[in-house]
Amino acid sequence: MMNAPVQVIPVDFERQRAVCAALRAFMPEHNVLFDREDVTPYECDGLSAYRQVPMVVALPENEEQVCAVLETCYEMRVPVVARGAGTGLSGGALPLGNGVLLSLAKLMKIIAIDPLARTARVQPGVRNLFISEAAAPMGLYYAPDPSSQIACSIGGNVAENSGGVHCLKYGLTVHNILRLRVATIEGEIIELGGGGLDAAGYDLLALMTGSEGLLGVITEITVKLLPRPECAQVVLAAFDDVATAGQAVANVIAAGIIPAGMEMMDQPAILAVEPFVNAGYPTDVAGILLCESDGTREEVADEISRIERIMEQSGAHIVRTSRDEAERLKFWAGRKAAFPAVGRLSPDYYCIDGTIPRKRLAEVLRSIAMMGKKYDLRCANVFHAGDGNLHPLILYDANEPGQLERTEAFGADILRLCIDVGGTITGEHGVGVEKIDSMCLQFSTTELEAFHALKHAFDEHGLLNPGKAVPTLRRCAEFGRMHVHSGAEKFPELPRF
Amino acid sequence: MSDPVTQLADAIRAAADAKRSLNIRGSGSKAFYGNPVTGEVLDVTAYRGIIEYEPTELVITARAGTPLVEIEATMRDKGQMLGFEPPHFGAASTLGGCIAAGLSGPRRPYSGSARDFVLGVRLLDGRGTDLHFGGQVMKNVAGYDVSRLITGSLGTLGVILEVSLKALPLPPAEMTLCREQTQAEALTLMNEWAGKPLPVTATCHVDGRLYIRLAGATPAVHSAAAKLGGETIADGAAFWQNIRDQRHAFFAGDAPLWRLSLLSTTPGLALAGPQLIEWGGALRWLRSEGDAMSIRKAARSGDGHAIRFRGGESRDGDTRSGAFHPLPSAMLKLHKRIKLAMDPAGILNPGRMYEGL
Ligand SMILES: Cc1cc2nc3c(=O)[nH]c(=O)nc-3n(C[C@H](O)[C@H](O)[C@H](O)COP(=O)(O)OP(=O)(O)OC[C@H]3O[C@@H](n4cnc5c(N)ncnc54)[C@H](O)[C@@H]3O)c2cc1C
Repeated sequence: MMNAPVQVIPVDFERQRAVCAALRAFMPEHNVLFDREDVTPYECDGLSAYRQVPMVVALPENEEQVCAVLETCYEMRVPVVARGAGTGLSGGALPLGNGVLLSLAKLMKIIAIDPLARTARVQPGVRNLFISEAAAPMGLYYAPDPSSQIACSIGGNVAENSGGVHCLKYGLTVHNILRLRVATIEGEIIELGGGGLDAAGYDLLALMTGSEGLLGVITEITVKLLPRPECAQVVLAAFDDVATAGQAVANVIAAGIIPAGMEMMDQPAILAVEPFVNAGYPTDVAGILLCESDGTREEVADEISRIERIMEQSGAHIVRTSRDEAERLKFWAGRKAAFPAVGRLSPDYYCIDGTIPRKRLAEVLRSIAMMGKKYDLRCANVFHAGDGNLHPLILYDANEPGQLERTEAFGADILRLCIDVGGTITGEHGVGVEKIDSMCLQFSTTELEAFHALKHAFDEHGLLNPGKAVPTLRRCAEFGRMHVHSGAEKFPELPRF
Repeated sequence: MSDPVTQLADAIRAAADAKRSLNIRGSGSKAFYGNPVTGEVLDVTAYRGIIEYEPTELVITARAGTPLVEIEATMRDKGQMLGFEPPHFGAASTLGGCIAAGLSGPRRPYSGSARDFVLGVRLLDGRGTDLHFGGQVMKNVAGYDVSRLITGSLGTLGVILEVSLKALPLPPAEMTLCREQTQAEALTLMNEWAGKPLPVTATCHVDGRLYIRLAGATPAVHSAAAKLGGETIADGAAFWQNIRDQRHAFFAGDAPLWRLSLLSTTPGLALAGPQLIEWGGALRWLRSEGDAMSIRKAARSGDGHAIRFRGGESRDGDTRSGAFHPLPSAMLKLHKRIKLAMDPAGILNPGRMYEGL
């Protein structure tokens, strides 16, 4: 991450004045910021290792103003970085020193909820959890539940295609949205998706989802709401080694069960969490699995008894099932607080987001442990076990010379390993600026060219979030490492560091 | 003889150089769908076979020419299925055609569409370049989601070579209920049920009857059946297969078949001709000789779009818009730029979706 192109452009005051004046022509003065002190809160997102103050911050209050900001930037050829709540973990909302940071935070209205059609129409700045809270009186909720759901915005969720612990069964953001209103860089509104379950033309709704603010600015989202399951229960199973736990996950799937959630934590993660939350996790184990079932009472009763049996047969030495809602929430509280809990153990931590085919789990965790020794850094693993999304959390201290650099190298090695075993460098946090060099490993030159061509179709002057998500070919050449074909390891017999 | 991929890539390159159109063809089971394409036929059926299927990973990867029946049979052996219940429209129908058409069957509103299950694709773009997007893992946000963009693009953006799909377990129990119900009642019920935690996996209203499929754990299916009421149909599976593949009597005959995809709560359409409702109200099939303009207008007022699905070409007064719903000008412009990005020479199935794509 350190090697990223952190901008050290001196502020061009004349340009800054001109851009502010142009924006203030249609926005109140207090919504166009440029004073150092006012713009500093926007200098980073959740990946605080990267910082850059923006030239100007624009805080539009409605869609027309968003369009006008974009039109202005388009005409003045000023790059624009959209920002939701700034909880992103890959530096996607990192500002540009010569650009406008377009905050969607003031667009925070739930426009309408249609209980019969089971949809909510919301502005992009609405917080994820707020949608479910608003829909709760109707017995409905919005399924994708990133751990950051109290804080993150739905616009940011769409831009990252965020996931959550319940995504194995209920899908990612892309599976739970029906329509987007998007402002193009020219300041025009287009509608993607529609009132029905599909729309005319190409599936631009899917293309926009996860595009990290590079193709357009999302100004309105219609999300799908689901009926609250009648009940839910979670099984906590503890294992003596993570390979056995990984096999237990496969056994659950092989039995034809798609759990509502299936999460794994290794011992370092448990040891971080337990004193912090008192979730009731056993601490003298190599790893635990949390496996949830939801649905009608009959479904849950049936599934839970099968899950318990599979866990026992797979070698779990502790199998506990939540007895009531309070205990279920307690079991989950530990998992949901894993990041902050790990954050207490160490001045800094760095979260990796690779995804692997689940069958490679044991070997990947072994390699990560070996890398930890090599780089002399501690690492705790939390893992969306059902869908193969790993979150190794590397603990470091940025104030110790060399630690950040070692952390970055460690992280890059993990991502390379994920590609080698047939996975991907990011499951849900996005590429941003952070993983841009690893993109050179995952994709070939021609594939990157195709991405650039698509970007060009939406944004010919490259003004929307430039420098993020897709590396230039030149950058890859300078990075000097070749695309490794997914699954095709060059020297599979060698231990991987 | 070179391998099928090289042959396809060579054919695309030669066509691009000469600016000759290609008409990409799998088994031809969906040749009726979309606008006619003139051009040399590019047969993609030779590149076939399942590449990797690991049931516990919930992922199957196969070559585009693989027959859907082969994929489904292989998955059924392992207790799994394609969750979007794709229509076949022919015994030989291929995976590539299925994904290129992007059509989904009765299960769609309850477990997702074709594009929802697509995890990755390998394709040849309009320059014959071999490209991989997505992958074989459930979660992947590296790069733009080209795999899902390709789904439903009817071959206009690339020739699909391989597809990875998420698998779902077969439900242990399944039951189809049927009850007499007017169209208006059926629409209300379908929408109300979807808002309740019931194991519904398909709904259909036709000829004054409402059909409901329940699936899941046996006790859950039985308890839901008791709640919902209605009589049990003996061969539910055959009923849904006939709906899926349009072999139900509703689909017989020559009257043009329209597909309207709408907001599920849209009231019954005030259009002449028989209607069949699926997808909890979100999909309306219409047999109508009526003019395209009024049908498209009705679709728009239901917040959706209309496709002239089968027949009616010569009678279509609105020939300009072809089979698919006209796009707003800003969207059409964007579509053309996307087409240009993927197929600069404009040789892949030109016009199959829209003129100029
Ligand atoms: C403690 C913690 C836990 C987390 N847990 C999860 C998790 O479980 N699952 C998960 O997926 N993520 C998780 N995240 C990451 C993060 O919360 C998500 O990526 C989230 O979706 C970001 O939303 P945001 O509103 O904060 O977006 P921001 O960080 O503001 O922006 C993210 C990206 O989206 C773009 N963007 C934002 N809004 C728009 C818009 N309206 N139009 C176009 N582009 C836009 C930005 O330019 C940027 O590229 C976690 C983060 C933290 C700090």
